[in-house]
Amino acid sequence: MSAFNAIGEEREIDRDEFTPGVEPQPTWCPGCGDFGVLKSLKQALPEVGKTPEEVLTVTGIGCSGKLNSYLDTYGFHTIHGRSLPVARAAKLANTDLEVIAAGGDGDGYGIGGNHFIHTARENHDMTYIVFNNEIFGLTKGQTSPTSPKGHKSKTQPSGSAKTPLRPLSLSLTAGASYVARTAAVNPNQAKEIIAEAIEHDGFAHVDFLTQCPTWNKDARQYVPYIDIQESDDYDHDVTDRREAAEMMHETEDVLNEGTVLTGRYYVDEDRPSYQEEKSAVGELPEQPLAERYFDEDAEWERSYDLLERHT
Amino acid sequence: MSDELIWRIAGGSGDGIDSTSQNFAKALMRSGLDVFTHRHYPSRIRGGHTYVEIRAADHEVQSRGDGYNFLLSLGDSFARNPQEEAYYGNEEIKPLSENLDDLREGGIIVYDEGLVSEEDVEAIDLEARAEENDWHVFPMDLRGLAREHGREVMRNTAGVGVTAALLDMDLEHIEDLMSDAMGGDVLEANLEILHEAYDTVNEEYEFEHELRAPEGSHETEQALLSGSNAIAYGAIDAGCRFIAGYPMTPWTDVFTILAQNFPDMGGVSEQVEDEIAAAALALGASHAGAKAMSGSSGGGFALMSEPLGLAEMTETPLVLVESMRAGPSTGMPTKPEQGDLEFVLYTSQGDSSRVVFAPSSIEEAYEQTRLAFEIAWDYQLPAIVIYDQKLSGENKNVDVEFFDRQPKPDLGSTLTEDELAEAAHDASGKFKRFNYEDAENNVAPRSLPGQKDGRYLATGNEHSPVGHISEDPDNRVAQMTRRIEKLDSIREELDEERDSNQTYYGDETADYGIITWGSSHGAVNEAVERLNENGHSVKGVSVSDMMPFPEAEMTEFLESVDEAMVVEMNATAQFRGLIQKELGRYGEKMTSLLKYNGNPFEPAEIVEGYEVNVADEDRQPTAQVRIEPAAGD
Ligand SMILES: Cc1ncc(C[n+]2csc(CCOP(=O)(O)OP(=O)(O)O)c2C)c(N)n1
Ligand code: SF4
Repeated sequence: MSAFNAIGEEREIDRDEFTPGVEPQPTWCPGCGDFGVLKSLKQALPEVGKTPEEVLTVTGIGCSGKLNSYLDTYGFHTIHGRSLPVARAAKLANTDLEVIAAGGDGDGYGIGGNHFIHTARENHDMTYIVFNNEIFGLTKGQTSPTSPKGHKSKTQPSGSAKTPLRPLSLSLTAGASYVARTAAVNPNQAKEIIAEAIEHDGFAHVDFLTQCPTWNKDARQYVPYIDIQESDDYDHDVTDRREAAEMMHETEDVLNEGTVLTGRYYVDEDRPSYQEEKSAVGELPEQPLAERYFDEDAEWERSYDLLERHT
Repeated sequence: MSDELIWRIAGGSGDGIDSTSQNFAKALMRSGLDVFTHRHYPSRIRGGHTYVEIRAADHEVQSRGDGYNFLLSLGDSFARNPQEEAYYGNEEIKPLSENLDDLREGGIIVYDEGLVSEEDVEAIDLEARAEENDWHVFPMDLRGLAREHGREVMRNTAGVGVTAALLDMDLEHIEDLMSDAMGGDVLEANLEILHEAYDTVNEEYEFEHELRAPEGSHETEQALLSGSNAIAYGAIDAGCRFIAGYPMTPWTDVFTILAQNFPDMGGVSEQVEDEIAAAALALGASHAGAKAMSGSSGGGFALMSEPLGLAEMTETPLVLVESMRAGPSTGMPTKPEQGDLEFVLYTSQGDSSRVVFAPSSIEEAYEQTRLAFEIAWDYQLPAIVIYDQKLSGENKNVDVEFFDRQPKPDLGSTLTEDELAEAAHDASGKFKRFNYEDAENNVAPRSLPGQKDGRYLATGNEHSPVGHISEDPDNRVAQMTRRIEKLDSIREELDEERDSNQTYYGDETADYGIITWGSSHGAVNEAVERLNENGHSVKGVSVSDMMPFPEAEMTEFLESVDEAMVVEMNATAQFRGLIQKELGRYGEKMTSLLKYNGNPFEPAEIVEGYEVNVADEDRQPTAQVRIEPAAGD
């Protein structure tokens, strides 16, 4: 008998199961794009057949970080920028878990930037959703790494002199095997992309454009978007790294000038996930590590097996 | 036969000093002696003056001792810098010249004539100094001998052969160890060199010196272990199977040992991008149900303060080890100090609910690492094992039977699905993980992701019983109090159900006390013995529980003495400060003996500190230590 019976349970899963029965009510501002992410997750999870108890959502700090307070799965609301290392270790310790990390653009691309690069590089089997509202929401409207150049805020009163970060190009370059961008204003696509990202074996990075009507009224996320998979003008091959990179470059150049492209940019089904790579070199046990602590037959090697080399 | 041998092998880093000394120490241990090693090395990979000391005696040895009596100086083969004008120039003589100050009267010097020139030896006045100190000097062309029969690097073997001959030792154990470590041509060449050196000395030299290898015997099998080995093995026996880290001296040793062993043990080891990530990974793995640890040294531990606080707030069990080296900042990477105590006790925001143990010996390093895991998982909080570069790197023989005890791989207060079905849930169906109403010992048993009926939110914000962010004042007080009072529950358990972690020595009725912590213990213990032999009335205690503090035990100790000296390796008397803070008094009773020059205490320095302190309050000791008078003095 497994110690984790909620994992892999086969049954009809109702979308409502992911909504907490009582409290807490979301504290997001009316019109906040974060509602969109919550909704698409609630739709996608039953669709991919996940039960609330086999999903672990790990978030950072920010308005985005509250996602798992309103989503009834196992959750770990960590600290600013650190969701990824917590999440990927949870997956390494129990490879049967469905691990989803989420956070804001400040959280994930700013303070957590180093972890972002390395998690993508290693291609950990997990999903990472970044609520990209191009602003620090929770701390009241400061410039974020994705805010456009010239963006004025209380801490950059003369307008930001910094070129915005290119999150898609960055994760592609670092090694993510699934890179997509979607938007809260496009709920159908968002649900599909999130479901795909969850099912993807490897690091799936979804840059999720969310609007922050409170602090970022000028944000471009409101303009009509173009779904690159639906449009005849863009027939790029998502499995082609070079084409994906080019597409990313183009859109990242114009994102703040009115054109928003959403959809899958890069999907590499062939690249083994980090978990697979680690198993291949013999550094990841076959049985999920966490299971072993409940397995009465587990053999626990002791230090005195090692003592001989010291005598 | 002599009472004790303290053999120092000196050369350049990268000259194989470490492995040679390990082997020689093992040979001495196998011959029935108790051994203790001390490693001195610069923060440089190749070249630079380095030495290892092995103290061997027919009785227990707990410190490096005072000075030494046998120098094997190999010459620094990396000293010749190919870039002509490199600032450190020619240092080949250094392993000889830099070591002479500590050599005892009547000691032996063997140096490699093949590497150092006659002029260099003349320049350091070796002959005159030898005469003055009654040293016995044996120049040998170790390099030439090694070249003739094998390769130049084998001159260490030649040095060992010379040592064995001069000390009248059997080659048997040395040969055995060599056969274990190598084979084929390499072994053959080494054995040839060993014998050639041994025979040459026996045939061509006259022995006027008195030093011989002591003789002893062990009743049970012994193992030669370092503090890092002991910590790694303690973790293994506690059921730890997940480690994440980022290299930093000296913590790297523990990391390496576990990384090398875990694949065969079904464990997982991760070298990650930085120490914030390392501790966060250990936390994530622990949250998902593995016994996990991480660790670092000062600078890296600084980065861990975030995940450490998160572990406290989310009540996620976790073990971190902190191997201190001299600070502040990058400090002296290869030198020990006990300067991070306050940092480890209080780092991270808010009031801490963490446990801190400071083992003082190899045996305690093993036991207290296991204990740290047990307490962390039973009480759902982070436990830190703080030690230093000295304990990390020193080797000592330990009775193999010491390790013959049951491992404990269980997850402590972690519920099974059956237990979860019975546990308290709120109206939403969520598990009340952070239930404070009927918490036993203030512990909040947890569920693991993937378990039925266990959903809750772990959050670094203050939270309700199911984990949702809450700023409700009543809830805040209840949660905060419960987390903090876990330390009281732990203190009670440590006091009542377990043997004390503190080590006492000397005569119980003595009226002068010496208090120490961590790796200074061995030298203090020896000093106390010596003081008592000299007719003083002194007793000592080495304290391991830093948090929660052993208030009752320390009160009893301080009440029982007129005066006490607190011995520690830092400049600001951090541990004395802790005692005063925790007990709220005794400031006027405690003087500090402090050392922070990068080298650990030698017993004689503590003896002198005592003498100065008791007999002559105005004098500072002659050694590089400082006396900090009692509060109010
Ligand atoms: C170490 C640390 N630094 C700063 C903060 C303060 N802080 C909280 S949220 C936040 C920015 C959040 O911005 P973003 O990630 O874009 O999320 P949003 O609120 O927009 O969803 C900051 C700086 C913190 N909690 N911790
Ligand atoms: S501040 Fe912005 S990001 Fe935060 S909840 Fe309000 S609208 Fe959303």
